[in-house]
Amino acid sequence: MEYSVIILLLPLCMFLFLGLAGHKLSERVAGILGTIGLTVTTVVAYMVAFNYFTMPRNAEGVFDTLQPINLEWLRFTEHLHIDLGILLDPISVMMLVVITTVSLMVHIYSLGYMHGEKGFQRYYAFLSLFSFSMLGLVVATNIFQMYIFWELVGVSSYLLIGFYYTKPAAVSASKKAFIVTRFADLGFLIGILILSFFTETFDFQTLMSNPSSLVTETAGMTFMGCSVAAWAMALIFMGGAGKSAMFPLHIWLPDAMEGPTPVSALIHAATMVVAGVYLVARLFPMYCAVPEVLELITWVGAITALYAAVVACVQTDIKRVLAFSTISQIAFMMVALGVAFNTDLHAGLGYMASMFHLFTHAMFKALLFLGAGCIIHAVHSNEMSEMGNLRKYMPVTHITFLIACLAIAGIPPFSGFFSKDEILTAAFEKSAFWGVWMTAVAGLTAFYMFRLYYRIFWWSKPSYEHHTPHEAPMSMYLPLVFLALVTCVAGFIPFGEFVSVNGEAYHIHLDWSVATTSIIVALLGIALATWMYFSENTRPKALADKFRALHTAAYHRFYMDELYMWVTHKIIFQRICRPIAWFDRHVVDGTMNMLATVTNGVSYGIRKLQSGYIQWYVWVFIMGALLIAVLAMCF
Amino acid sequence: MDYSQFLVMRGEISLLVVFLLIFLIDTFGGQKSLKGLSVAACVLFGLHTIWNIIPAESASAFGGMYQISPIASLVKTVLNIGTLIVLLQSISWVDTPDVKLRRGEFYELLLVTLFGMYLMVSSGHFLLFFIGLETASLPMAALIAINKKDTESYEAGAKYLFTAVFSSALFLLGLSFLYGVSGTLYFDDIAVNIATNHTPLLIATIAFVLAGMGFKLSLVPFHLWTADVYQGAPTQVTSYLSVISKGSAAFALMLILYKVFSLDPVVWQGIMWALIVLTITLGNLFAIRQKNLKRFLAFSSISQAGYIMLGIIAGSAQGMTALVYYVLVYIFSNLAAFGVISSIEHHSGKVGMDDYNGLYKTNPKLSVVMMLAMFSLAGIPPFAGFFSKFFIFASAIHSGFYILVLIALLNTIISLYYYLLVVKAMFINNENEGCAIASFRSDNGSRVSLIVCVAGILLLGIASCVYGYFTDLSLLGI
Repeated sequence: MEYSVIILLLPLCMFLFLGLAGHKLSERVAGILGTIGLTVTTVVAYMVAFNYFTMPRNAEGVFDTLQPINLEWLRFTEHLHIDLGILLDPISVMMLVVITTVSLMVHIYSLGYMHGEKGFQRYYAFLSLFSFSMLGLVVATNIFQMYIFWELVGVSSYLLIGFYYTKPAAVSASKKAFIVTRFADLGFLIGILILSFFTETFDFQTLMSNPSSLVTETAGMTFMGCSVAAWAMALIFMGGAGKSAMFPLHIWLPDAMEGPTPVSALIHAATMVVAGVYLVARLFPMYCAVPEVLELITWVGAITALYAAVVACVQTDIKRVLAFSTISQIAFMMVALGVAFNTDLHAGLGYMASMFHLFTHAMFKALLFLGAGCIIHAVHSNEMSEMGNLRKYMPVTHITFLIACLAIAGIPPFSGFFSKDEILTAAFEKSAFWGVWMTAVAGLTAFYMFRLYYRIFWWSKPSYEHHTPHEAPMSMYLPLVFLALVTCVAGFIPFGEFVSVNGEAYHIHLDWSVATTSIIVALLGIALATWMYFSENTRPKALADKFRALHTAAYHRFYMDELYMWVTHKIIFQRICRPIAWFDRHVVDGTMNMLATVTNGVSYGIRKLQSGYIQWYVWVFIMGALLIAVLAMCF
Repeated sequence: MDYSQFLVMRGEISLLVVFLLIFLIDTFGGQKSLKGLSVAACVLFGLHTIWNIIPAESASAFGGMYQISPIASLVKTVLNIGTLIVLLQSISWVDTPDVKLRRGEFYELLLVTLFGMYLMVSSGHFLLFFIGLETASLPMAALIAINKKDTESYEAGAKYLFTAVFSSALFLLGLSFLYGVSGTLYFDDIAVNIATNHTPLLIATIAFVLAGMGFKLSLVPFHLWTADVYQGAPTQVTSYLSVISKGSAAFALMLILYKVFSLDPVVWQGIMWALIVLTITLGNLFAIRQKNLKRFLAFSSISQAGYIMLGIIAGSAQGMTALVYYVLVYIFSNLAAFGVISSIEHHSGKVGMDDYNGLYKTNPKLSVVMMLAMFSLAGIPPFAGFFSKFFIFASAIHSGFYILVLIALLNTIISLYYYLLVVKAMFINNENEGCAIASFRSDNGSRVSLIVCVAGILLLGIASCVYGYFTDLSLLGI
């Protein structure tokens, strides 16, 4: 399948072309060109997926892992070398489909949404850059290639969040996103270095052929009470936690909503933020060798899921609600990976569940964001208080949004039900504690999503005096309809046949006791939301007053941002940066200034050497030669 | 005599054919065909480059006088690429009234010097080496003085000639000492004969040979001619002198040191150590004060020669790879800079750094090319210059020259200052006022050459296969 390289090259060429020559094209041509480029990419990705999954399974009943291309790029030592290539295995092929589908929808949607924006061509160039980097990330053949594309994804996310670079909020949000994820990537890099130092390879396939190599190589070595292997894997997870906005590194994602809404749908809901989940899934056999890190992943995921769900219940900016819901749902995937304790087909159910949820979530969350984009487009505000009763004005958006809400709440037969059910089953299999915890979070999910739904489409009718909201143009609602259709049917895909923890076919069967519980809990959440938000009333306010402290704390996201501010300003800036700055200004700069002064002085003093007289030149020449000869003889 | 031995000299023979064809066109061609001479030279030379692009296998001919190895053959290809770029850049220049009548001579002399360099690179005997050295040096004086109406050009030619003759004399003196010590002039035999013979005479030999080659490489203290000659010579000749002549001399010096004095590297490594420090530092110190861009690049090329020497002092196959790679990158970067300078000089006659103030406003594309060239020369990632510096430092580190590399690193900071001065002039100075150089469209030859150079600067570092290929060839030995 050498042709799969087109999937990477085409978006790259599009980026270079639109980036270099975009300003010479008209808006329309640039947009359509970018969309056509991605359409072709999508078609090729689908072809790869089709050819890959129709391939006969090998003797062990799993799909072969293919490496159609793998070029050596930089060689460090005999064993360590960075390669650039394409790795096709079930999860990378699945990711190719997800990324290209959502990216194509966003490309089409943006034709309408970004119409008339300044820098339209630049926007499409960045979208292509992002698609290239994200696709490169998932097909990486080795962890260093993944790291390279990981950073590229971070850069393109930074560029797109800060797309409205004249808006101070967007600029600071883009910086925040970049710095927080970069900080996490520092851990990732250190993890990679430890890992490769001991295993002497970057290559995924070599690592997977002997997943316990890291543990055996570092046997007996500990650092601060933990084994070195655990440190390495935990640091790598830190990178994933940063990208996937896990608590406490989640603070950048809500602010990232300052970017254009389609960008939020693509990067901050469907693709880039699940890179962390993908990273853990990619290295899953190695994580199984260090169960304490899996435990850590479960805890981080569970706390994040609960925290984000609580915060989402009281936010009033619709994109922020969706952002926190994204954080919470990704945490579901992390928990699912954490509770899968080994690579046995059944014990590793969480792995399959996590990938399944990644797939369905990408579709319905992109749908929610694109729907939110239509709403914002219509009422020119992100605030719930400016909305209400919109079902009459925007029927298509209303229906598709409702489908997505039902899916995320876990109501059958929509896709979210099936994947979430697998996650809950996996959690219950690990222990009842995690099962109950995650079921409760699922109930909260249903509540806050329907709160959002009712506040937008029902509630009271605000007076739309200045202008009446109207349905979005066709380029915007077609992607909604397509994604809604996918959300309706995706649950029936026999996902376990394609992706499972050890590659063998897994027949998904619903555990009815778990399913019934989760449906009841979800319905309870929806019922509560209906009671509170179906039509305008004072119940929400009364409840908020009753739990004043909790409500205020949740509204301020439990003061996490303030805590970060305090730590950076009072501790890092005052206690650490100040002394360093002093050292830099006086000692480092002083040395450099001295070097410069000396250089300048000497350079002035010796200028007479270059006199222009040939006699002098020859004199220096012969003296130089003799001096060298004499000195060499002396030593 | 076995004439099939000539087949080993594939590169030399095809270069000779190009030379003869140009000579014939120049002598017997009419006015009309003379007009096409510049393009014909580029095409013929391009064919010659392609013809020799596959490295030759190791072989020797004429009783070991002539020796060829894959890496030497690669060096010739690298020189070919550089020469081709220079030829492209001189297409419009040779049609200016001052040079028009002598354009045939320009090409003939240029190709003869290249022929001399070929002989230096693949000789196995000091006699052939010396003939190559002289063939590469003396016609150069005529090239430098090719512009009859320009007195500076004349002065430069004279200075070059005197210094060249002087350094040749010193080199010959070294050779006769060497003959006295070893009783032979074959590289391989000398290496065997001097193995047990450590006399002061041998050390004097090394010093004199280094002095002779130091002149070609413009190592301090044998560099004083450089600035005057670079400034006086026509820009095309300067660029040829600064990259091709220097690159070939660097490899030739490495050839001698590795083949002849390989058994006792400590002696010459000590001398080289001092020469490198002097060369890099003094080149930098002088470069800071220059206001004329050609003079500025002369000093910059002196300090670059010092960096190239780091590959030689390493004394390993890795150093050899790094050296050839450095020369290739240096060719692209320096010729990009000279291409911009010669274009601007051709259209406006200006070479002062102050004239470049605000160039970005009038000639944005040339400014960007110049900026890339400066970044690459300074060694800023991700441009090729960074990788070439990285590899050459790595080779010296591997051989244990830590302090030397530290000094070289400190010097890159100084060099960054003056390279950025040029960038600052173009992009920051005179932001609101006009530029002394009017907007113009450079000729097609220069455009093609600059595109090639920029592609080299941008891609050579990232396409790691190039370095890998060089490594494979240099592991086969010289």
